[in-house]
Amino acid sequence: MRRIVWLALLTTVALVIAACGRDDDNGGGEADPGITDDEIKIGGSYPFSGPASAYRSIAEGAKAYFEKVNAEGGVDGREINFITLDDAYEPPKAVQNARRLIQQEQVFALFNTLGTPNNVAIWDYVNKQEVPHVFVATGASLWGADPKSHPWTIGWQPDYVTESQVYADYLDENKPRAKVAVLYQNDAFGEDLLNGFKDAIKGTDIEIVAEESYEVTDPTVSSQMAKLANSDADTFLNITTPKFGAQAIAADAKLGWDVLHIINNVSASKLLVLEPAGLDASQGLISTTYFKDPASPDWEDDPAMKEYKSAVSKYSRLNPEDPFGVFGWGAAQTLVEALKNMKEPTREALMEEVRNMDIRVPILLPGIEVKTSGNQDGYPIEAMQIQRFEGENWKLVGEVIQAPHSGGS
Amino acid sequence: MSERKLRLVGVGALVLLALLVPFLFGPYRVGQFTLVLAYAVAVLGLNLLVGYNGQISLGHGAFFALGAYTSALLIEKADLHYLLTLPIAGIVAFAVGFLFGVPALRLRGLYLALVTLGLAIALPQLIKRFDGLTEGTQGLTVEQPTSPSWLPFADDQFLYLLTLLVAAVMFVAAWSLMRSQVGRAVKAVRDGEIPASTLGINLASTKTRVFALSAGYAGVAGALYVFAIGFVAPEAFTVTVSLAFLAAIVVGGLATIVGAIFGALFIEFVPVYASDVNDALTGVIYGGVLILFMYLLPDGAVGLLRRIGRLVARRPAAPAEEAEKRPAVAPPEPGVPAGKA
Amino acid sequence: MERFIQVVVDGVATGSIYGALALALVLIFRSTGIVNFAQGEMAMFSTFIAWGLYAGGVPLGLAVLTTLVLSFIAGLLIERGLIRRFEGGQELTLVIVTLGLFILLNSLAGWIWGFGTRSFPSLFGDGTFTLGGVRLSWESIGIVAVLLAVVGLLFLLFQRTKIGLAMRAAALNPESSGLVGVRVGRMLMLGWGLAAVLGALAGVLVAPRLFLDVNLMGSVLIYAFAAAALGGFDSPIGAVIGGWVIGVTENLAGTYVDFIGADLKILVPLVIIFVVLLVRPAGLFGTREVARV
Repeated sequence: MRRIVWLALLTTVALVIAACGRDDDNGGGEADPGITDDEIKIGGSYPFSGPASAYRSIAEGAKAYFEKVNAEGGVDGREINFITLDDAYEPPKAVQNARRLIQQEQVFALFNTLGTPNNVAIWDYVNKQEVPHVFVATGASLWGADPKSHPWTIGWQPDYVTESQVYADYLDENKPRAKVAVLYQNDAFGEDLLNGFKDAIKGTDIEIVAEESYEVTDPTVSSQMAKLANSDADTFLNITTPKFGAQAIAADAKLGWDVLHIINNVSASKLLVLEPAGLDASQGLISTTYFKDPASPDWEDDPAMKEYKSAVSKYSRLNPEDPFGVFGWGAAQTLVEALKNMKEPTREALMEEVRNMDIRVPILLPGIEVKTSGNQDGYPIEAMQIQRFEGENWKLVGEVIQAPHSGGS
Repeated sequence: MSERKLRLVGVGALVLLALLVPFLFGPYRVGQFTLVLAYAVAVLGLNLLVGYNGQISLGHGAFFALGAYTSALLIEKADLHYLLTLPIAGIVAFAVGFLFGVPALRLRGLYLALVTLGLAIALPQLIKRFDGLTEGTQGLTVEQPTSPSWLPFADDQFLYLLTLLVAAVMFVAAWSLMRSQVGRAVKAVRDGEIPASTLGINLASTKTRVFALSAGYAGVAGALYVFAIGFVAPEAFTVTVSLAFLAAIVVGGLATIVGAIFGALFIEFVPVYASDVNDALTGVIYGGVLILFMYLLPDGAVGLLRRIGRLVARRPAAPAEEAEKRPAVAPPEPGVPAGKA
Repeated sequence: MERFIQVVVDGVATGSIYGALALALVLIFRSTGIVNFAQGEMAMFSTFIAWGLYAGGVPLGLAVLTTLVLSFIAGLLIERGLIRRFEGGQELTLVIVTLGLFILLNSLAGWIWGFGTRSFPSLFGDGTFTLGGVRLSWESIGIVAVLLAVVGLLFLLFQRTKIGLAMRAAALNPESSGLVGVRVGRMLMLGWGLAAVLGALAGVLVAPRLFLDVNLMGSVLIYAFAAAALGGFDSPIGAVIGGWVIGVTENLAGTYVDFIGADLKILVPLVIIFVVLLVRPAGLFGTREVARV
């Protein structure tokens, strides 16, 4: 008797689960998934937790922009539904997030996924599914190097090759025989910048005389800094992420190492890096930028900046001076322009537009364009401007430097 | 119905559900369950070491990574068929585990924990150092297994069923091993090394072999992981993985076979739900749930099931089972014999 | 030669960071017999509180002192409210609880204070000076001094006071101690409270150099664990010396042995510990367990 009861229970359980049903992939009707007359679903995967959680501000900045656009009626009457998932900067989670966003949430496009390894982990899959994988939040040169292999993927920010080219150009002009000591993070980001720089200085009189790497899991970079300061370099190239950037600047000051100090764009945040390190120690720092600095009084009356700050205070918990928020905002602006300009509500049309863009994104510096010219051009932004830290803020120096990639590689 | 029959029914139900999964859920969910199965194999391996043998390892993520990279490199660079990489990954991990197990004989408790932790830390660094081979921080994309044309399954279903098959084999092997004479020796070593040695059990040989075996399990799990995710990078194999496996064995139930499944389900699904609830408080929720789980179910999920089973069967616990559930890792206290009688 | 001394001195400075947290780990181990995964995060949390006070206008010294007191209370409460339920049960369960606490505190701190980096002022000022060609900072010297003072105080506590004796007894053998009148529960609370204080102290000592963010102690914890293991988990002086050994050897290896480089630098202390533990399985200064059968 009990046996029958048990069997019945089991069968019921099985049937209840069966009631969930197997949801198939999108049947592929006329309308692409994720886009209806009132809504466009966009998916993003970010490190909301874990060691890279400082970058969550990027997601917040993007969300703030989408909220603002929605408040103003959306894109052609369609509200943007930005679904974000946490991947804790771990590739297996990014893979699962991509699958979930595409298969379960049925998003129209993946936007601004963060982290080189995470994007490498998903781009084969995303391209196979023919889902737009746009404006990825990483400066790896990978995304634009071979558009034919992964036509649905494209980056946004000036990539690390462009950035290092700008540094090389700056040095070539101002310190042609520079002897450079480099501190770099031992991962795809650091290596990309370092290798880009090495390529860019070929044929110049600039040479790298010392190189030290560090791990994201290291507590401090003090021993690396001591070693670098002990070299005969007269220039220091600081390829770090914010916490280590601050440590390096502080160590530099403490060691009394008085050299030209170039710091990469990711760590050029006054809020996250320079203030903790000490503004005194940061005088004369050189870096690059491509968007307007929210901490700088130079842009206080700029309409784009005012718009940014008011939206961010209304729709997010962001600190208005956090430059990562501006990054997300700018990328989101680009997406919205692309969505507005695409000829049909299809994924292909979006990619067509993305590959042939010539957009004004007001939060970017004047003179920096978001432009792609066809399927061979994989780099929307290829220009940056040098900035130097003086007094309490970054000051732009010289002109916008164009550093386009050559040909299709 | 006797407890034994209940247990059989329980396991049977589990197997039935497992078989139904690929036909009830969409590809995303099925993919999640495939990953759960891969983790379960690694968790089972760790449980053999910790739950059944009383040692400790905070470094099983390293063996997992080792198996994953072995499989990934063989598939992508040596063009080996993915099925062949499964045993090879297991053997490589087994070998390294054995090498590690020998010197680890001298270490106990926290000190062994630290040394194994060192292994977990070292491995991502070594992966990065030998990036000519491993592609380093860029990561290596691996072609995933696809469903052969003569089978009526979709790719995700096939992958799931394949993983299920491998996992089932590993589980049955572990189960029968722990029920055998060898298993009794393994457990005896946990319950008291000196008494065990007086019974004629070769401590060194038992301990190193269990270490190696548990590492081998983690290696196979790593290969299954590669099939499921299709990508390896050092970022995927941080210390977090090792700690997650440790949490999983306790959540599932120390010294249980089936517990590995529950533990794997926990470490895969709870973080996802936690971040769905509130992505700003993911850790608070996950940590909180973990603590709550330990409080409510100190014997793990299987412990709870056993209690329910006993209630249903209306039979008091047999003395032998009480002994099974004895604390596995007791602090060595001077003057107090380990494993009180 | 000068360079060599500089490298060693820098190594001692870095090693003091590891030793500071290691002291807290050792204290928890001596009082409760387990390793507390959450020790670092508790320290980080305390440091944020100190920062909050300081940013709110409280003078640094007072802010730190208040934080130490608050941390003590927090440690007491955590033991009584959370850890107590798991004592007497399976050890590994308790370890997992501390792991859960680690995850929880890290996320909570991020939610409260954000994930950005901030500076924390040094209790000893920023001054540096040169002695015989070697660069020293008051901060590093201060940290070393504090560590040694703490080790001395712990020694006095454990070896020379009744309470210390009671704590040791409660940790070693709760049942028997209870039978002879030791208030085991109180001793455990005290252990956690003191360890929390040590952790907070470690936090405010190292934050100036490492910069304060939610991951302040994440990377230090592993080194602290290694330092404690090297020195012997029940030896405070072992923890400090272990930290120094790790800091110095890592720095020496990174500076002089080229093929190791920065990415494999962490292997050096790990290998050293492995070798030391093979020869002395209870660490350099730890007491060997003698099990009676």
